[in-house]
Amino acid sequence: MTEYFLLFMSAAIVNNFVLTRYLGLCIFFGVSKNYHASTSMGLAIISIITLSSMITWVIEHFILLPLGLYFLKTIVFVVVIAVFVQLLEMVIKKFMPTLYNVWGIYLLLVATNCVILGVPLINSEANFTFIKSTVNALGSGTGFAIALILFASLREKLQFSDVPKSLDGLPIAFILAGMLALAFQGFSGMIPL
Amino acid sequence: MNLWKEFTKGLVAENPIFRLALSLCPALAVTSNVYNALGMGVTVLFVITCNNIVVSAFRNVIHPKVRVPVYIMSIATIVTVAMLTLEAYLPVLFRELGIYLPLVVVFAIILARAEVFAAKNSVIPSMIDGLGMGVGFTIGMVTIGAIREIIGNGSFFGYQILGSWYHPPLIIILAPGGFIVIGFIIGVMNLNEKRKKDKSEKAEMAAGGTI
Repeated sequence: MTEYFLLFMSAAIVNNFVLTRYLGLCIFFGVSKNYHASTSMGLAIISIITLSSMITWVIEHFILLPLGLYFLKTIVFVVVIAVFVQLLEMVIKKFMPTLYNVWGIYLLLVATNCVILGVPLINSEANFTFIKSTVNALGSGTGFAIALILFASLREKLQFSDVPKSLDGLPIAFILAGMLALAFQGFSGMIPL
Repeated sequence: MNLWKEFTKGLVAENPIFRLALSLCPALAVTSNVYNALGMGVTVLFVITCNNIVVSAFRNVIHPKVRVPVYIMSIATIVTVAMLTLEAYLPVLFRELGIYLPLVVVFAIILARAEVFAAKNSVIPSMIDGLGMGVGFTIGMVTIGAIREIIGNGSFFGYQILGSWYHPPLIIILAPGGFIVIGFIIGVMNLNEKRKKDKSEKAEMAAGGTI
């Protein structure tokens, strides 16, 4: 149990996806202008990351490895995840229209994204078991959501501050993200993995 | 002449990293030294050029409704080729780039060029466009890599260029430094652009005054 808890915390905080591994930056800078959008995005990411890492684990261990097709890993993962997200979107549209109105658009945005592809690849590199990969995916997704929501709150505050003209917009957002990453740097080395 | 224009637009005016702010993940992740940055830049240059060629050659056959999955399949195949090649000939670089190498598949810039340019143009201009964008990307990567390596480690391409008097701030090659350096680079580019605009406005005013 402790092992899984440590794995979760390590994925969520210590090796935070955005701030120490730089994955998913397009979403991180794109969605974080608005606090509400970033919460929906965070939830979408957590669910898709967990489901897609489960699916890719099954495919890797029951199809790719027995058939000796390991070198096709990247292609297969990308296609499987893209198809799965499309399917999920259709199902939600049909059966849960209210939910679809809230974050349907975010589902498609994350279909081909570094975070969603990154977690299955990390799992397969580390040779995790099924439960471990799921926990790792859950942790990574949570870490991404935490970072996104924190950053969105910071950026909303930033709108009221007087920023030098040439740094306004994207540049100051980068520098702010650097400061946030600096704070997260304090966690590094807390959980040896 | 026209082809030359297609090539040069990717270098500065539409530089993938600084102007379009696309594909930022690798721009931060593997630029802690120049060698890795160059390796990643050349890999992306190869992938984007090959993919533009493939997409433009098949642009009349691909049904518009399924175009994105087809592009992604094509990119993933080319990336796999690049990965196997790197693993065979440059194993050290392959290990250093690690997880970011398969992630080239989902770089927004590659899909964006296929969608915006290669799907509408013939093979030769698409190839030139891919080359230009790839070179622009490589220049961006190497610039960030050079700044971070010189400030954060006092070296360039692994050679120590600053003497022992220099105590490098480690933070620049760690995660937060990447964000801060890229923020300031975009800031400087904005400043430069503003100065140019002011100058041309002033020149116009002066010209208007004499008439």
